[in-house]
Amino acid sequence: MAGAAGPRAAPGAAGGDGDDSLYPIAVLIDELRNEDVQLRLNSIKKLSTIALALGVERTRTELLPFLTDTIYDEDEVLLALAEQLGNFTGLVGGPDFAHCLLPPLESLATVEETVVRDKAVESLRQISQEHTPVALEAHFVPLVKRLASGDWFTSRTSACGLFSVCYPRASNAVKAEIRQHFRSLCSDDTPMVRRAAASKLGEFAKVLELDSVKTEIVPLFTNLASDEQDSVRLLAVEACVSIAQLLSQDDLEALVIPILRQAAEDKSWRVRYMVADKFSELQKAVGPKITLNDLIPAFQSLLKDCEAEVRAAAAHKVKELCENLPTEGREAIIVNQILPYIKELVSDTNQHVKSALASVIMGLSTILGKENTIEHLLPLFLAQLKDECPEVRLNIISNLDCVNEVIGIRQLSQSLLPAIVELAEDAKWRVRLAIIEYMPLLAGQLGVEFFDEKLNSLCMAWLVDHVYAIREAATNNLMKLVQKFGTEWAQNTIVPKVLVMANDPNYLHRMTTLFCINALSEACGQEITTKQMLPIVLKMAGDQVANVRFNVAKSLQKIGPILDTDALQGKVKPVLQKLGQDEDMDVKYFAQEAISVVAQRLRKLDVLVKDREEPRIPGADKNLFLIPRGPGEDTGKGPACQLHVNTRDTLAQLEIAELVHFLQSRE
Amino acid sequence: MSSSPPAPSACAAISAAEKVDGFTRKSVRKAQRQKRSQGSSQFRSQGGQAELHPLPQLKDATSNEQQELFCQKLQQCCILFDFMDSVSDLKSKEIKRATLNELVEYVSTNRGVIVESAYSDIVKMISANIFRTLPPSDNPDFDPEEDEPTLEASWPHIQLVYEFFLRFLESPDFQPSIAKRYIDQKFVQQLLELFDSEDPRERDFLKTVLHRIYGKFLGLRAFIRKQINNIFLRFIYETEHFNGVAELLEILGSIINGFALPLKAEHKQFLMKVLIPMHTAKGLALFHAQVILPPQLPNCLIHFKLLGLLKFWPKTCSQKEVMFLGEIEEILDVIEPTQFKKIEEPLFKQISKCVSSSHFQVAERALYFWNNEYILSLIEENIDKILPIMFASLYKISKEHWNQTIVALVYNVLKTLMEMNGKLFDDLTSSYKAERQREKKKELEREELWKKLEELKLKKALENQNSAYNMHSLLSSTGAE
Repeated sequence: MAGAAGPRAAPGAAGGDGDDSLYPIAVLIDELRNEDVQLRLNSIKKLSTIALALGVERTRTELLPFLTDTIYDEDEVLLALAEQLGNFTGLVGGPDFAHCLLPPLESLATVEETVVRDKAVESLRQISQEHTPVALEAHFVPLVKRLASGDWFTSRTSACGLFSVCYPRASNAVKAEIRQHFRSLCSDDTPMVRRAAASKLGEFAKVLELDSVKTEIVPLFTNLASDEQDSVRLLAVEACVSIAQLLSQDDLEALVIPILRQAAEDKSWRVRYMVADKFSELQKAVGPKITLNDLIPAFQSLLKDCEAEVRAAAAHKVKELCENLPTEGREAIIVNQILPYIKELVSDTNQHVKSALASVIMGLSTILGKENTIEHLLPLFLAQLKDECPEVRLNIISNLDCVNEVIGIRQLSQSLLPAIVELAEDAKWRVRLAIIEYMPLLAGQLGVEFFDEKLNSLCMAWLVDHVYAIREAATNNLMKLVQKFGTEWAQNTIVPKVLVMANDPNYLHRMTTLFCINALSEACGQEITTKQMLPIVLKMAGDQVANVRFNVAKSLQKIGPILDTDALQGKVKPVLQKLGQDEDMDVKYFAQEAISVVAQRLRKLDVLVKDREEPRIPGADKNLFLIPRGPGEDTGKGPACQLHVNTRDTLAQLEIAELVHFLQSRE
Repeated sequence: MSSSPPAPSACAAISAAEKVDGFTRKSVRKAQRQKRSQGSSQFRSQGGQAELHPLPQLKDATSNEQQELFCQKLQQCCILFDFMDSVSDLKSKEIKRATLNELVEYVSTNRGVIVESAYSDIVKMISANIFRTLPPSDNPDFDPEEDEPTLEASWPHIQLVYEFFLRFLESPDFQPSIAKRYIDQKFVQQLLELFDSEDPRERDFLKTVLHRIYGKFLGLRAFIRKQINNIFLRFIYETEHFNGVAELLEILGSIINGFALPLKAEHKQFLMKVLIPMHTAKGLALFHAQVILPPQLPNCLIHFKLLGLLKFWPKTCSQKEVMFLGEIEEILDVIEPTQFKKIEEPLFKQISKCVSSSHFQVAERALYFWNNEYILSLIEENIDKILPIMFASLYKISKEHWNQTIVALVYNVLKTLMEMNGKLFDDLTSSYKAERQREKKKELEREELWKKLEELKLKKALENQNSAYNMHSLLSSTGAE
């Protein structure tokens, strides 16, 4: 629309005032007014390029006035413009001219769309720092005042964000004016402006002199905290954190705490929620003494609030609250003043509350120590492990390590097992996935015997889950278990079961065998891989399902590095060659890819052998050049570079590798 | 998992569906959910309950005692009960219900019972019952089109209170001059906040109540309009959530309709800054019927409204695009030819985009404009302007659109346009190719321009670097000396 907007010709469209700039501004401005929004947007995003082409002088005198005039456009374009102008100081000639950017940004700060306005304010804050103190008072402060007394609420909300950036560098007289403007916005008629003022109150308080904080900010805070709209009151809670940091303990207690207490009992749950949500910040801001006297009682009432949202927010903060209490007497406070409330939350009616609690409650054990944990917390853990909601149980299990450090996991194992089993069979696959991820950790903590007895069968059952993500996770899980319990354990307990699945009528299960072999071969080592796994893989090359066959090719490629020359040469290669002739396109492709990798592997093995035989020449790399090569092969490349060569050549390479091997063995 | 034990009862319904794709479908999840209700947030923070004892019937009392008894009953009804707990205080709840019924009956059938001294108690009783903090929504992604609303648990009482409130306001004895001491700005403010209630029955009562208040309290009118505006602005620019938008729009609609020309600046501002931007809201479908008003706009506003709609034209939501096209057609139906001339260019640029939309409903809706006699006559009058704008996209989709219905419609439209000005049509057809080539050339020129600009940028950056480097070396050499 801006494109169609108008008769208004570009200022200085003629352009040719004889300077050496490359482009008449008209061409550039045409780009900025293109009918297509997307093109207009692109041009705006490259506004810095245009400004560069015009030079600083013409950017100031021609481009910026044009931009100021075209503010009626799509919000998307305006957003891009607001962002660009924040970094424009250099392009208009440096800090001395930064004020030239104010007019377009001022208009942008008054538009309706919130994102545009916010971006304009952000850019204004940015360039305010680039103003000299004189320019700040001459240009920037008047702009803030204009915005603050604008007719429509948008300009006044924008003004709220600008006070704190210009205040510290202004003279005393101007400072008083700025404070005055801020005061009036705090009692503005429209709730939108009061909300904006309330959200900037903390930030503004930080740049004020301490006296003014006491005499001016605190009354404003008091008013906003008792505003008739809860959306304003809740923002005052946020400001409370900043204000509390500035005041002395006595002032705090006299001026701020009563209001905070009132907010914690506000009739609107949104305000109470905000108090719960900001609790840790508040606690740090007011210090230990007030925490004990005032915040803990408030926290107790939040923990038994009538709205689940509030209880859940408070439950989330339990651990942080306890952690931040002064160490002296901490245990007693927690046991006497916090734990009774937590106990009730364990059987809360709302599952979000319970799961919020479950996500932090285990952390208390490190704070309370072994005895208290066993006496007070353990019953709660056990109760939550039996909770009907899977998320609660999962949150407990996922934090087991905290408890393990303090009392060991054995205390829990009796209750743990049924909980794990139930989660392992949960109808929601995401729950099953989550519990699988904790298996290696649990296995480590519970020990191999317990694991074999109770959990092993679960781990195997996941391998035939109907959801792929679970089967995949189960495979990875096996690998981590083998890393933990060793190869012997793998050979006795895992490998046989995995290999049996190769004969399963369901091809998905047969593929799972392959995936497991991929994952396990490295952890199991050469012997098990060659003797037990390889035969199965090779046998599966004759599978009737193509997916299985090409996964055989992939598996062979994957386990190739673990096998020795004989196995590769005598067993793997023929099978791959056969698969390379498969009728299925994909099988052929993956077989050829595998052949090329195996060929590389074979050659490398030869090099190593040769290296051992000729100890005079140090380093395998140099040795490469001594190996006879086939015609047309680029000798400049080491094997590593050829890993991903075109598969068409791979058969030829295999032949070469064979030749090398042959020569080698004759030597 | 074949070995898994039967899922716990609640999950039984979904587990079968889940085995297929692992995700529960929205519809399945919804079926599980029962119709819920919730109580007020405020109530639950209250402590123990007082038990109610039935008072004698009003009709049995002597006229001397009646007034006294009336007030006692009003005070009795200020006590609230927990409806989330359906078994507690059953007896007291029933007493309150019966009392409320009696009160409704009493004020609507008797004359002269609303005396000055009763106002305070009446308003107090109403405030105590209906003003409450609305609880958090059970369903944060509540979709009013699909989801069942959460109903107010204490409705059996609240409904009667609203009923009583209405009878009170509508009673011939009601005197605004006395009531305005109690029904003030703060009262109205609280009333307006209740419009966010999820319960449609409550919002319906509120609508009527607010309408009555607006009618009877002249001193509150400006305030009410302003607060409604604030709610809308918050809805549009801050939260995008407010359940009572449609109801509030309806009230404002009837207010604005009642205004004679010339239109107040305030209403013009309302149209420009609230009503039109409201088209950007996600849930437009829910209150579109109310947003369209007022139907009879003065000429100058029609122009702004059309421009506004074009500015906020939906970019990704085809469903909303169809609504916008509907709204445009309604405006065009009543537009004056001179107004039409002023807006035709940007308007038909948008329409030409719509007819070539790959979403067939959008294209179809736009092409239906050509079935409208009046619009057709406007087009014919201005065919010299409109045909060049529309031609390219019509010509293109007549060959390319995937949907046969659209192709057929486009064919008819092209035929109509050709009949309006055959010569121009022929010219455009023959210059179509040249035009496309010209566009391509322009595109190339643009690319060229930007390439040069980029080079220039690089060059300058290099220069700067060099000068900085020179400066640096200069400094270091002087430093060395």
